[in-house]
Amino acid sequence: MSEDSIISLQNVNKWFGDFHVLKDVDLQVKKKERIVVCGPSGSGKSTMIRCINRLEEHQEGTIIVDGIELTGNLKNIDSVRKEVGMVFQQFNLFPHLSVKENITLAPIWVKKMPKAEAEELAMQQLEIVKIPEQADKYPGQLSGGQQQRVAIARSLAMKPNIMLFDEPTSALDPEMIKEVLDVMIDLAEGGMTMIVVTHEMGFAKTVADRMVFMDEGRIVEQAVPEKFFNNPESDRTKLFLSQILNH
Amino acid sequence: MNEITESRKPPVATTGILGWLRMNLFSNWINSLISLFVLYVLIQFIPWILNWTIFAADFKYNFNGEEIINRELCSRVLDPENGGACWAIIYVRFYQFMYGFYPRDEVWRVNLSYIMLAIAVVPLLFDKFPFRKHFLKFTYVFPVIAFFLLNGGLGLESVSTNKWGGLLVTLVLGCTGIALAFPLGIVLALGRRSNLPVISMMCTLFIEFIRGVPLITLLFFGMVMLPLFLPEGVNMDGLARVLVAVTLFQSAYMAEVIRGGLQAIPQGQYEAARSIGLSYWQMNMKVVLPQAIRISIPSIVNTSIGLFKDTTLVIIVGLLDLLGIGRGALADTTWLGLAYEVYFFVSLVFFIFTFAMSRYSLYLEKKLKTGINMGAD
Amino acid sequence: MRSKLNFFSDEKFRSIFFQTLVIGLFALGIFFIVQTTAYNLEKRNIATGWRFLTDPAGFDISFSPFIDFKSTDTHLDVYFVGVLNTLLVSVCGCIAATILGFLVGIIRLSSNWLLVRVAYIYVEFTRNVPLLLQIILWYSILIQLPRVKQSLEFLDIFFISNRGVYSPRPVFETGFSYVFIAIILALISSFLIRRWAKKRQDETGQQFPVLSSAFGLIIIAPLILFFIIGSPLSFDYPALKGFNFKGGMVIRPEFIAMFLALTIYTAAFISETVRSGILSVTKGQREASASLGLKKSWIMRLIIIPQALRVIVPPLTSQYLNLTKNSSLGIAVGYADLVHGFGGISLNQTGQAIECMVIVMATYLTISLIISLFMNIYNRSIQFKEK
Repeated sequence: MSEDSIISLQNVNKWFGDFHVLKDVDLQVKKKERIVVCGPSGSGKSTMIRCINRLEEHQEGTIIVDGIELTGNLKNIDSVRKEVGMVFQQFNLFPHLSVKENITLAPIWVKKMPKAEAEELAMQQLEIVKIPEQADKYPGQLSGGQQQRVAIARSLAMKPNIMLFDEPTSALDPEMIKEVLDVMIDLAEGGMTMIVVTHEMGFAKTVADRMVFMDEGRIVEQAVPEKFFNNPESDRTKLFLSQILNH
Repeated sequence: MNEITESRKPPVATTGILGWLRMNLFSNWINSLISLFVLYVLIQFIPWILNWTIFAADFKYNFNGEEIINRELCSRVLDPENGGACWAIIYVRFYQFMYGFYPRDEVWRVNLSYIMLAIAVVPLLFDKFPFRKHFLKFTYVFPVIAFFLLNGGLGLESVSTNKWGGLLVTLVLGCTGIALAFPLGIVLALGRRSNLPVISMMCTLFIEFIRGVPLITLLFFGMVMLPLFLPEGVNMDGLARVLVAVTLFQSAYMAEVIRGGLQAIPQGQYEAARSIGLSYWQMNMKVVLPQAIRISIPSIVNTSIGLFKDTTLVIIVGLLDLLGIGRGALADTTWLGLAYEVYFFVSLVFFIFTFAMSRYSLYLEKKLKTGINMGAD
Repeated sequence: MRSKLNFFSDEKFRSIFFQTLVIGLFALGIFFIVQTTAYNLEKRNIATGWRFLTDPAGFDISFSPFIDFKSTDTHLDVYFVGVLNTLLVSVCGCIAATILGFLVGIIRLSSNWLLVRVAYIYVEFTRNVPLLLQIILWYSILIQLPRVKQSLEFLDIFFISNRGVYSPRPVFETGFSYVFIAIILALISSFLIRRWAKKRQDETGQQFPVLSSAFGLIIIAPLILFFIIGSPLSFDYPALKGFNFKGGMVIRPEFIAMFLALTIYTAAFISETVRSGILSVTKGQREASASLGLKKSWIMRLIIIPQALRVIVPPLTSQYLNLTKNSSLGIAVGYADLVHGFGGISLNQTGQAIECMVIVMATYLTISLIISLFMNIYNRSIQFKEK
């Protein structure tokens, strides 16, 4: 295990019933590293990052996040979740709360922040994602791109060390993808440790420190973007790239 | 970075019987305690009830081998410790449960009606039924045939509805109620959504009135008040009066269900139909209603199940449906006290019908889900 | 050249014409019915009018826990007793059915396979057997209980027999009013504490155990006061004298049967509503809240339940309506509700079916409308704000 890894997956195996979905996954992520995970659907990429904040349980192997090992221990799980923020494909904003309330909910209840302080924090985050004027609106009143940006702000409000993105733009109409990617690029340039599962290769080329390609539950190839896109080693990677880059 | 993609089997403790038990029954302390408790209760209860209903029960003969013709000969009366259910009461009175007091030499008409009911209904329910179109023609004619068969006339001896009873009455009320309430409900639903304020208001008032009062009051209305509305000399059959009340009741609920279906159809359908020149009625018959009904079929079946159960209320106005015959059997001194057997039997019959209907509803929902998805591309 | 004005193809004209026609036919029908009815009523010597309401009833009502009813009381009193009895069993039934329904609904979502199956069987059996049959079944079980002289004893103060459950009757002595006031004060203070705690959380972020302090306030403080005053509460115990019990109070089997049947039946439907309500909250909501670090109990309270309630409340309200209407089945076992007493016996005695039925139906309609009104107001206030 690398000494300066903030996330360490070693020999991780997971089954859904009889289906072997993660096979001997090894991954080390350093602080401030930006990782982009890609691969065909069903390859286990989402499952892998969902194991990192224990939304899914792994049956074999070790996962260590910022020095805390992920086991059945509930306290550990809670500590890890405070460090790790997650952005979902379906945004998952709380529809019965306003945008501001969505963001202040966790700081108030988990970090026991006073309301005024939490609201100030929320406005700061909304500035970062560039939609402060929507603070009092409700999620149902926002466009997809705006909702996803609120979701990012909501995760950022907990001041995580690590941000996980599970296909953040896949549910968006094309004209709104850019606004979300721009926010993510800003975040990356600010030094956040990020793991992003996505098909947006343009974004990957701009931001990624390392590309990780998964297929059928295994990490097939990891490389820096230049090498990954121009000179991939594995045939499977080559096949995938040819399919995805031919649009 | 290997290219091989073999899979392994998951670790033993998480799958197979052991894994299943761990996850589903004993996942933590509380669950384990609860599982053990429930298992204990079940182990006490299930053998006892199986014993009472089947193994130690009398069907026709008691444990001495005698044929049971009254309650005194029931095993559980002679030997309360060991005797099981005395099903003889059902066996002896079976005819009444099925037909009421229908004259025995005419009962072939009822049996024929039952068979024809099955023939009329089953093809209606299943899309893939062979020669469905021809069967459906029979379905349209069936009500008329059944009416004459059961009632009399046209050369058949007439059997007054006073003599009808048991399952016959339950089925007549249920099937006729559903069959009549359906078109009436469609008319009410369309009326409620009509642009003509008078029609819309009248339909809305009717629906809300019916849905606000208990069925019993409507049954009383039918039995007691309806005769007052009729001119002299016009007598309405008791069963018919109840049928009117039941139909009106059900049509209001049916109307709401269909209205839900009508509301679920996108405005674009209405607009498209109008713009190709269809009249109001053509639009409804050809475009809107078929879709609305398809969407609301599960709810329609649900309200029909409710109606079927509600037919038991007629015992309060003196009609002898299945439950009524049951209560009558209990009042007979020959069989006094065998309440559990009778009520168990009646519950079982109802359960069979309603369970079948709700299974059908689930089957329809599943079928419609794929149907709707296939169309929406 | 202008085409002839064809009245019948003008839409507005057609609609007015058609509606007038409908009103006319309807009015004609009503007129005809009224004529026939008046004639029939006269022929059968049935009185009309509302005067009968002030006539003495001439019969006794078996169950009247709120009003002391004598047979010399009027039909109007019969009506009020009926309404109160209907409301009594309906309110008790609604409360119990809600508790049971929520419990079973949550159980059906638990991870224990056995519990889920058992709950499923309960729901399927209860929903498929007619309610009337269940009422009759419960009643026939209750009247097979031992006779009064051989009542089952429970803790020496409850006696269960086929005439009902005899239990001690609480007698409130002077001084108890202070305890009662204390309870009211405790309730009010709990609300105030809740508001204060929320304000404090807003300002400092600290959380306050509102629930436990409210519990302490409402239960423990009045209890202490109770003992200080000298326990101003005594009980009138039922004692067997001859063939019957004297003293105490009796809960009749008709009421128990109705209560049990209505509760168990309606709870099955409520459990379905609760289950689909909770399921309607997408998995993603749970995941998003979990990844923000929220505890399970907070997730339930702040995220799942508010959203689930939106889906649960409308069908829940119609279940309440159904239960209230179903209480009319009490007539089958002799429970003295509105339909049995006023709509049944009074109706038969006076023969004035129309007036009685109209009053009964109007009463149920009013109850239904009131419940629907509240539901609509609540529904409108909790709608998600959409584009």
